[in-house]
Amino acid sequence: MDLSSINPVLFIAGFFVAATPLIFAAIGEMVVEKTGVLNLGVEGMMIMGAICGFATAVETGSPLLGFAAAAVGGAVLSLLFAFLTQVMLANQVASGLALTLFGLGLSALLGQSYVGVKPPRLGDVNFGPLADIPYFGPIFLSHDIIVYLGIALVTAVWAVLKFSRVGLILRAVGENHDAAHALGFKVKRVRTLAIMFGGACAGVGGAYISLIRVPQWTEGMTAGIGWIALALVVFASWRAFRVLLGAYLFGGLVQLQLNLQGAGVAIPVEYLAMSPYVITIVVLVFLSRVRSVAPGSLGRIFHASS
Amino acid sequence: MTFTKRAAAKLLLGTALAASMATGAFAQDKTKIGFVYVGPVGDGGWTYEHDKGRLAVEEHFGDSVETVFVESVAEGPDSERVMTQMALDGADMIFTTSFGFMDPTINVAAKFPDVKFEHATGYKRADNVSTYSARFYEGRAIQGHIAGKMTESNIIGYIGSYPIPEVIRGINSAFIHARKVNPDVEFKIVWAYTWFDPAKEADAASVLIEQGADVVLQHTDSTAPQAAAQEAGNVVTFGQASDMSQYAPFPRVSSIIDDWAPYYISRVQAVKDGTWTSTDTWDGIGAGMVGIGEITDAVPADVREEALALKASLADGSYHAFTGPLNKQDGTPFLAEGETADDATLASMNFYVEGIMGEIPQ
Repeated sequence: MDLSSINPVLFIAGFFVAATPLIFAAIGEMVVEKTGVLNLGVEGMMIMGAICGFATAVETGSPLLGFAAAAVGGAVLSLLFAFLTQVMLANQVASGLALTLFGLGLSALLGQSYVGVKPPRLGDVNFGPLADIPYFGPIFLSHDIIVYLGIALVTAVWAVLKFSRVGLILRAVGENHDAAHALGFKVKRVRTLAIMFGGACAGVGGAYISLIRVPQWTEGMTAGIGWIALALVVFASWRAFRVLLGAYLFGGLVQLQLNLQGAGVAIPVEYLAMSPYVITIVVLVFLSRVRSVAPGSLGRIFHASS
Repeated sequence: MTFTKRAAAKLLLGTALAASMATGAFAQDKTKIGFVYVGPVGDGGWTYEHDKGRLAVEEHFGDSVETVFVESVAEGPDSERVMTQMALDGADMIFTTSFGFMDPTINVAAKFPDVKFEHATGYKRADNVSTYSARFYEGRAIQGHIAGKMTESNIIGYIGSYPIPEVIRGINSAFIHARKVNPDVEFKIVWAYTWFDPAKEADAASVLIEQGADVVLQHTDSTAPQAAAQEAGNVVTFGQASDMSQYAPFPRVSSIIDDWAPYYISRVQAVKDGTWTSTDTWDGIGAGMVGIGEITDAVPADVREEALALKASLADGSYHAFTGPLNKQDGTPFLAEGETADDATLASMNFYVEGIMGEIPQ
């Protein structure tokens, strides 16, 4: 065992890269759940974003266009979920699961000709002399623009939900859709927009995996990160900054496992792979003893007549 | 993920079935050959080379053979179903191209005594099951030599797939030859527990690089570690199973290339002639089953000469990659001075040689 071989600076810097897909997917899902909709299709929307972003980046040569396409791809797929649950009033859990399976299959089909292709690279943001500050520079200022966008997005979502009228409407729809409806808010429209936002965020998160973290395309490459994102929203008890913290924690666990292996500590991979879910279960039990923090209408179908 | 793979396999199988029904009726004398792959044919590594072998068979025999393949088949019970389907579908011969297909191959072969099976890298045989593998460890010796010469941090990273004899043999062979030219060299080994998962492989490569490795060897099938090394800038890699020349001349400085085509063609010929028998084939550089990809200009000229000399001595049999004196990791003697390891020992190798840190996961 030789723990000294783990370089703490690079180890912590690695958190940001590992956490970014989780941050995007989870913050989007948090907004969706805040409006009372449970979309279990995060994994499917992520993988769709991963292939749409990858294909676009390869064809156009621009990673940023790729991310834009990923957001569109995720949002379009989420529209299917919105149609099923908001228009057809289908069961949200079943629709979400179907969305995941559909997304995995469709992305594999779309990605047939992109296996083994190298995507264009997105460079790191240049902070000039600031990046040379010992420790601080390499840890915080050596990343690509998407990492910072993710943190900015969390801040924006927090501010909107807490301080703005839009946030108030979102929360009202999620807490009690009948009351919100009585007040004259368009419940379905609000929810559909939130679902699309969630889809776009998940898409960007997926593209971060295929364009930056790996960077390559292969079917099923999100490998359960969408599910971790769902667990993360519950773990964070629907609060923006806890999502951020949780993402670093969960992302860090993956890094930790590989680093420990490299340093010669043999921990069975399975323990760390299941740890995010174990932590979430523990937090859930703990939360349920305190008080219910979930949005009041979460998972319930809204129909204007009832 | 398993679900989609299964679904994809089912879909492919369905298509194959339909196609064979369409042609089978009026083409009875065609030899039908099935291939079961562990990864996608576009992985750029292991499965890609097997599929090249399949295409070579098609080209060599033309219309007198028909090949079908199913890709991304999970190791384990699901593969048994795929093989059974192929056999039911009228395949005369089935190649199963991953270690984890071993028991399923034996099981299915028992049910279809008239179908010839060829299992890659395994050790269980039957009257209608042959095994074949390549002496990849000979290529690993050359990689180890170049790696030992080129590393400046004296840390060499190694991405293992599963702790099975084939992989452990490769680690040992690379380590022995790296130590031979550089006594200070150390190996860091990360197990990915997958043959093909670019995300995991890339993470593993990044971690090894972060921990100071400036050479990364991989025994997994995708090009993701190559991409990670390219990103890092000053890290040397080697192509695995396929040339991976899209990453040459740097980071990829050489490669091990599996060339299955001659073997596949000769075995198909044997089935057509009715001379097929159950055999165990284990060929190396000499027989051409293991190829060494071009050593690029990133390698100093003298190192390249040494590597090529090593390759020549491995090819003509004048040198064996496991030649004593060697000790096992715990210090007990493994091979005496001048002694070479026999094939049985190599085939079941489950220990590190002396000097490698860490334990083999159980």
